[in-house]
Amino acid sequence: MKITTIRDLLNAEVYCNEENLGRHVYSACGSDMMSDVLAYVKDQAVLLTGLMNQQVIRTAEMMDMVCVVFVRSKKPSPDMIDLAEETGIVVMATDKTMYEACGILYSSGLIKERKANV
Amino acid sequence: MSEALVFHFDVDGDNFTSAGQASVQVKKDLRQLGLPTDIIRRISIAMYEGEINMVIHANGGTADVLVYEDAIEIILEDHGPGIADIDKAMQEGYSTASDTIRSLGFGAGMGLPNMKRYTDSMDIKTKLGVGTTITMRIELA
Ligand SMILES: Nc1ncnc2c1ncn2[C@@H]1O[C@H](COP(=O)(O)OP(=O)(O)O)[C@@H](O)[C@H]1O
Ligand SMILES: [Mg+2]
Repeated sequence: MKITTIRDLLNAEVYCNEENLGRHVYSACGSDMMSDVLAYVKDQAVLLTGLMNQQVIRTAEMMDMVCVVFVRSKKPSPDMIDLAEETGIVVMATDKTMYEACGILYSSGLIKERKANV
Repeated sequence: MSEALVFHFDVDGDNFTSAGQASVQVKKDLRQLGLPTDIIRRISIAMYEGEINMVIHANGGTADVLVYEDAIEIILEDHGPGIADIDKAMQEGYSTASDTIRSLGFGAGMGLPNMKRYTDSMDIKTKLGVGTTITMRIELA
């Protein structure tokens, strides 16, 4: 699924790295606990979270994720956007809840979780 | 063994916001060295979890990344409280982190298990009241 499709499906506002909206996402992960996210490597994943701090961006960066979606109308702070800018990670925010956002992406075909061999 | 290339970092224990900066830098440095993406990812995740632990459990410390021809070693040293029961600490889901830490996205008790999962070997030396040194190794072969 293209990141633009995610933006459209979630009616999300994009905060940085618009030039990477054409990238593809192959799996998704929804969590507010960063260690749960760090437990399973997925290829070119999108992270959906209600957590709002710089560790979200660092976690996504460590995992080589390509997109972060903040749910429940939370807006990323300028510090977080600065941090994300140099990583190339597309950051967006949606007013949908975690449950809704995950459900929409899942039912639109973003299903397979490809666990890398680590 | 030929001489290692060493990256050294001080990890500030008072600042949760900056926690992880050393791992971000290591990721950049290792990319520069041209290591494979999946190896870099394993190293950076393991080090990031360890760095976070030093900040949330041990009031900071130092991190050294040694790059050998055939392996990478990550050495995390702190002078925090030490770990009372390593077997317990290694269990998935075991955590002594506060609710405050949990509200910041950590404290799920997955950090040490993750560090072990992503590295080829992990050694914990710890003494109550003295500190903890964790050495992780990832083979490049
Ligand atoms: N560097 C450290 N110094 C002291 N205690 C630690 C350290 N690292 C981990 N621990 C202890 O081990 C437990 C498990 O660690 P971990 O698996 O990373 O989970 P979490 O950090 O989510 O609590 C921690 O809750 C803490 O009690
Ligand atoms: Mg931890």
